[in-house]
Amino acid sequence: MTAIEQTAPIAKPRQKSRGWRKMRANRGSMVGMVIIAFFAILAIAAPILPIADPIATSWSALRKAPSAAHWLGTDDLGRDILSRMIWGARASLMAGVVSVAIAVAIGVPFGLLSGYFGGWVDQVIQRVTEALLAMPFLITAIALAAFLGPSLTNAMIAIGLSAMPVFVRLTRGQVLAVKTEDYVEGARSIGLNHVDIMTRYILPNVFAPIIVQATLTVATAIIAEASLSFLGLGQQAPAPSWGSMLNTAKNFLSQAPWMAMWPGIAIFLVVIGFNLLGDGLRDALDPREA
Amino acid sequence: MSQTSTPTVPVLSVKNLTTSFLVDGDWKSVVRNVSFDVMPGETVAIVGESGSGKSVTSLSIMRLLASNTSRIEGEVMLNGRDLLSISEKDMRGVRGNEASMIFQEPMTSLNPIFTIGRQISEVLTRHKGMSKQEARAETVRLLEKVRIPNAQSRFDEYPHQFSGGMRQRVMIAMALASKPKLLIADEPTTALDVTIQGQILDLIKVLQEEEGMSVLFITHDMGVVAEIADRTIVMFRGDEVETGPTEEIFHCGKHPYTRALLSAVPKLGSMQNHAWPTRFPVVDMKTGLAVEPIEVAGTVEKGRTPVLSVKNLVTRFPIRSGLLSRQTGSVHAVENVSFDLFQGETLALVGESGCGKSTTGRSIMRLVDPTGGDISLDGYDVLRLDQVSLRNMRKSVQMIFQDPFSSLNPRMTVGSAISEPFIKHRLGTVKQAREKTADLLEKVGLSADMAKRYPHEFSGGQRQRIAIARALALDPKVIVADESVSALDVSIKAQVCNLLLDLQQSLNLSFLFISHDMAVVERVSHRVAVMYLGEIVEIGPRAAVFDNPQHPYTKKLMAAVPVPDPARRGIRRGISNDELKSPVRGMDYRPPVREYREVSDGHVVQVA
Repeated sequence: MTAIEQTAPIAKPRQKSRGWRKMRANRGSMVGMVIIAFFAILAIAAPILPIADPIATSWSALRKAPSAAHWLGTDDLGRDILSRMIWGARASLMAGVVSVAIAVAIGVPFGLLSGYFGGWVDQVIQRVTEALLAMPFLITAIALAAFLGPSLTNAMIAIGLSAMPVFVRLTRGQVLAVKTEDYVEGARSIGLNHVDIMTRYILPNVFAPIIVQATLTVATAIIAEASLSFLGLGQQAPAPSWGSMLNTAKNFLSQAPWMAMWPGIAIFLVVIGFNLLGDGLRDALDPREA
Repeated sequence: MSQTSTPTVPVLSVKNLTTSFLVDGDWKSVVRNVSFDVMPGETVAIVGESGSGKSVTSLSIMRLLASNTSRIEGEVMLNGRDLLSISEKDMRGVRGNEASMIFQEPMTSLNPIFTIGRQISEVLTRHKGMSKQEARAETVRLLEKVRIPNAQSRFDEYPHQFSGGMRQRVMIAMALASKPKLLIADEPTTALDVTIQGQILDLIKVLQEEEGMSVLFITHDMGVVAEIADRTIVMFRGDEVETGPTEEIFHCGKHPYTRALLSAVPKLGSMQNHAWPTRFPVVDMKTGLAVEPIEVAGTVEKGRTPVLSVKNLVTRFPIRSGLLSRQTGSVHAVENVSFDLFQGETLALVGESGCGKSTTGRSIMRLVDPTGGDISLDGYDVLRLDQVSLRNMRKSVQMIFQDPFSSLNPRMTVGSAISEPFIKHRLGTVKQAREKTADLLEKVGLSADMAKRYPHEFSGGQRQRIAIARALALDPKVIVADESVSALDVSIKAQVCNLLLDLQQSLNLSFLFISHDMAVVERVSHRVAVMYLGEIVEIGPRAAVFDNPQHPYTKKLMAAVPVPDPARRGIRRGISNDELKSPVRGMDYRPPVREYREVSDGHVVQVA
């Protein structure tokens, strides 16, 4: 049979690794990526960098301002802040990324089930989520961390579980919107099973806001880890984390402002970095954006 | 209507209007050098397909485009004043006062939290400086003018208490509040059902005579143009291709695009000499010459068992309310519907919104669970299948949806969308699936190398072809086409209908063609079933139903269809304000027992 009037597609053909090309074109996301890469490399390379021992105290160098010997100054026990910052990046970045990964890994599937199936599944998941959301984020994290016992790993689990309900809620809301799209109905009508529909049709289309929420939560998690460390529930002294450094520093704000400044700037930069990266990812992953 | 006998000053005079949008740092013109006049009391229609710039023209005149990303050049004279040179503050005094506008979507153009009366009287207190009492009295008068029943008592009601057609009347009342010289109507009837559309068109004509205002009517529908416009402007991709009196445009249009557009318009009553569904004429967009389709052989195999047989199908949706969400009633979406569909046949289900035609299709697909009845499809007892056999049944019946922009997963390439059903049903290897996909893409008039692309790279018509290719991937016997061509531009609509007819010829498919568009239905179907309030009120061979409609509703439906023939411009259907009835019933409702009369062979009509 002769084909019908041929027509050319309206857009240019897709190029290879278009997502990456779009990321490259987005200056903000590249800046974010550079910031995160910078801290990540420092954290990974900490053991081989020629820096002072982060837990070695020195009674002759208490609260010294930045100098040639101590580039970023020293803290109240005479420890080198540069060294502690670099070692602390490990704990802080880990706490941020791992706890968010836990929150996403648990929250998103529950949100997906809840939104997709509705009915009593939805009722049960939503009531539990509401109960968790009713408790303040940090209080939940503290209670869980105290229950699990003090260590960085347990702090990450505690933070992840406390951040999870937000992802359940967010995912469910997105699923409810996407579920009514014709293409989901179309998937049912070609005979796909629930797992296929959820993973191939719904999940990819709800992921953009989840990624953005995740990058924002990384920032919250880094700060939460700091709070837990302060209570002795996170990174155990004398091992450094930015949060615990900041908490110590607040007692010396007027005498040694650099103690608070460096971890403060680092947290700020990492948070900005993750936000910029998140925005860029959201645009790059959307095939509709040219 | 024609008060143009004395040459007077035009109400609106547009000269060399060029509108550009800022796209990625470049100014891209979307309307180029458009010039026209609208005389007092005259109706001018701007007609064109999507992307022709017709709406942008109207928004440019009212200066309703975002000022930082758009640029309007040329001259727009309204009552002797150049609208493009006055300040934004003066412009606010023009909008809704000297010129009013009504929009397409009556469901969203009223503020849901204020009463109808308040929204209209606000225009009066603001622009006319009336007191509250005066404004109220005037508002009631306006509501009566647009033929809203019990205007006095509906003053204090909210928009959600009005139907779509009634809301459009409210919008018109609001537009008339300040007695404008010019009414700009941007697709005011497109979102309405065809019988309601007829009412609104009549209303606009009558009001125009009463008020003596000019109307600039934006539409894509040639039938509406023929019915309402004194003069017509045809736009194509931002250019004004032809302007002239409506009769001239229709009978001796000069530009090839005008002729192409007109011959692509399905016309009710054009099928009287055809025995079978017939392709639309293929029009060369450059020369405007139409190639009349050749007659094809019939495809229906009557006499054998029907491939799809629906008996006494009932689908109801419970309505729950109150604290304990107890069931208080039901939407009787489908009531006691029975029909057969044979191999190679197209049965059209026609009716207006809420008549249950889509629910019937979705019940057959088991996308909703029917309340009762029997459906037998290619040997499957559809309503009593377990999950596994239900999945197998999907190989026999597939669906094509209305909106090609939402029926394809935006995150999946076209190729994987088409091959997915083939792979998931384990009909062959991945390599075979790829071959099948290439083959299907060629079959629907696309090329095989498009498989790697994403849906957003294609136009609406192309996406609909992709959706068709996907539906064909399982080699189904029956395809449920739910308003599958309704969202497409006329020329594309004709192409997609031709494609469906070709596929029926080559693959011997059966179509359940769900549509509200009588003219398209007449062209493509073998048999027609008219649905009203969940029931089939008339069913029969296409020729019998269209030439000899028996049920009052069928007659009403056919009379309401705008026909692209300017000779019918004087036609008035008689101002009525009937609304579509609601299929919502209380718990104690028992559907009446219906009786049917056989008019001729296979032509059955409901009598009681």
